[in-house]
Amino acid sequence: MLEIKNLHVKLEEEDKVILKGVDLKIGPGEVHAIMGPNGSGKSTLSYVLSGRDGYEVTDGSATLDGQELLEMEPEERAAAGLFLAFQYPVEIPGVGNMTFLRTAVNAQRKARGEEELSAGDFLKVVREKAKALKIDAEMLKRPVNVGFSGGEKKRNEILQMAMLEPRMCILDETDSGLDVDAMKLVSDGVNALRSEGRSFLVITHYQRLLDHIKPDVVHIMAAGRIIKTGGPELALEVETNGYADILGEVG
Amino acid sequence: MALASVKETALAARLACLPMQDGAGWLAVARTQALARLTAMGLPAKRDEYWRYTDPATLNAPEAAPAARFDPGDEAPAFDGIDRLKIVFVDGVFDAGASDDLAMAGVEIERLSRAGSVDIHWAQGLYGVLEARGQSPVQRPFAALNTAYATDGLLIRVTGQAARPIALIYVHKSETSDAILHHCIKVEAGAELTLLESGPAAARFTKVVEVEVADGGRFHHIRVQGRDHERRAATHLFARLGADALFKSFTLTANGRLTRNEAVIELTGRDARAHVAGAAVGDGDFHHDDTVFVTHAAEACESRQVFKKVLKNGATGVFQGKILVKPGAQKTDGYQISQSLLLDEDSQFLAKPELEIYADDVKCSHGSTSGAIDETALFYLQSRGVPRAAAQALLVLAFLAEAIDEVEDEAIAEDIRGRLEGWLARHAAKAQA
Ligand SMILES: Nc1ncnc2c1ncn2[C@@H]1O[C@H](COP(=O)(O)OP(=O)(O)O)[C@@H](O)[C@H]1O
Ligand SMILES: [Mg+2]
Repeated sequence: MLEIKNLHVKLEEEDKVILKGVDLKIGPGEVHAIMGPNGSGKSTLSYVLSGRDGYEVTDGSATLDGQELLEMEPEERAAAGLFLAFQYPVEIPGVGNMTFLRTAVNAQRKARGEEELSAGDFLKVVREKAKALKIDAEMLKRPVNVGFSGGEKKRNEILQMAMLEPRMCILDETDSGLDVDAMKLVSDGVNALRSEGRSFLVITHYQRLLDHIKPDVVHIMAAGRIIKTGGPELALEVETNGYADILGEVG
Repeated sequence: MALASVKETALAARLACLPMQDGAGWLAVARTQALARLTAMGLPAKRDEYWRYTDPATLNAPEAAPAARFDPGDEAPAFDGIDRLKIVFVDGVFDAGASDDLAMAGVEIERLSRAGSVDIHWAQGLYGVLEARGQSPVQRPFAALNTAYATDGLLIRVTGQAARPIALIYVHKSETSDAILHHCIKVEAGAELTLLESGPAAARFTKVVEVEVADGGRFHHIRVQGRDHERRAATHLFARLGADALFKSFTLTANGRLTRNEAVIELTGRDARAHVAGAAVGDGDFHHDDTVFVTHAAEACESRQVFKKVLKNGATGVFQGKILVKPGAQKTDGYQISQSLLLDEDSQFLAKPELEIYADDVKCSHGSTSGAIDETALFYLQSRGVPRAAAQALLVLAFLAEAIDEVEDEAIAEDIRGRLEGWLARHAAKAQA
């Protein structure tokens, strides 16, 4: 599904290298987790994959089903099936959440040569999916993320994911700022989407989320590299000992 | 040359090219008085404080610079789907053949040229009267010129609930036309009218609309200014409101080489409400000026000024807006916002927001901002699969929303949004080519 090879990234505006050779391969239906200390480059990786400006790829590649992602516009990556749940979801004053969702869904359908959803069909699907995430009609009407609490923003990300049905989902610290109940809602939302043809890359600071969304593979990232890869037990090790041991071990 | 003589010379040259409007009756008197006002002030000069941001040269010029007509292709005319009474002017001349019958329940409509020659007419109390009041504290020479030389116009008296909106459609035909129109509208107590205006009118268009809204009357004005790229316009809207009266005006401007829209509004009765709003989009050699003066002369009135401009490829936006609260106008609620969205670094927005308050128990706020498109929001939309141009259009419409929201009629608001979407799509495509 997603294959990242020797990815090197620096900031466009300064001579600061952030990713220093990332290799990662995620098969169909797999759930991978990336853990790592703050500032290790996790968010940068997710932004570069989804095509945000401001970064320069100096080496390496990233492909989705063999298609080179790094050459595409962000909207083309989305149409190809990539989705990023933002660590900091963006507020868009003046654009209603519902309009935003409908515009996104129909833009992707159009890009794939499918017919646009009728207003009625769209409404039905949104209501159903929103309900599962405890997103009420009021939240759907409000401008995108404006005045939403931290937890509401994260649930809204998962709603977008559920509506767009991407094949490769990247979740960047979707658990941060969530209380126990919200964490459960979000994880249930993610788990409901798990399927053979859909893969996940879950970026998190804490093992907590991985109790709910069980990963197949866990990677530890530090200073722009993946320094260790293992099974779910690696997450537990981090939980008990912190990153210090692993960092020391690798040198 | 001293400023005064520059103005006089400009005026003499301009007047030499204007046909004197003959006639007797009350209108001739009003015209003579306006000419005296105009002669005393002369035409504006770039050095005038009120014309600091907008060069009046092409408005002063004796003849209109040629302006090619714009081909809208298969685009529907403005307000096409709205049931309305249509009145057409071609290059500033009433076109009876293209217009509907000037008869409608709740409204009396007359042509200025006919009504002007009688001895006594209700419009005597309005024609040139609000314009003259609006000459202080700031001079508006083109308005006085208009009163003196208007070649056509309508006198509309609204006595009840107008059955349908009146739509004034301004067709531009000749590439060198120079139209001067003057309308007077009197909304009697408790009556209500919606006035729609659309079209470029002429290569150069000078217009005055004087509106008196009596106690409890309601006046809605929605205007879509013509898209001819080279057209120039100086328009004035003078309004006086009685107690509990409502006045709402919204203008959409796309394209046009030069547009100066002045609105001069006086709230003279308790609890009157006046809203003026504008959305302007300009690409390239586009200069758009909104100059607004709202006077609170009575207690507990509300006024709102909401002006938004989207500018690209070197377009210029100007806003000069004032709220004057007179002594005794307690409980005034005044709001003013002017904002521009600059889509590139070549475009500019010049704003002069002013408050002048002589009462102590008032609530007045004003704000003016100028900013670029939010790149983070753009990326967020793109990451959800929305193509960049469509994402930009969505954000631009969101930016304009507060102004468009001033249009109460949802069908008309939707017409405006659709028009803007079309414009944005066309102009996004052009930028990429
Ligand atoms: N646009 C940017 N400008 C400046 N520094 C940045 C930018 N993006 C990332 N960085 C820096 O790159 C490093 C990695 O950041 P990030 O990818 O956010 O890490 P993580 O998500 O693992 O906490 C940090 O030192 C951060 O300050
Ligand atoms: Mg991060």
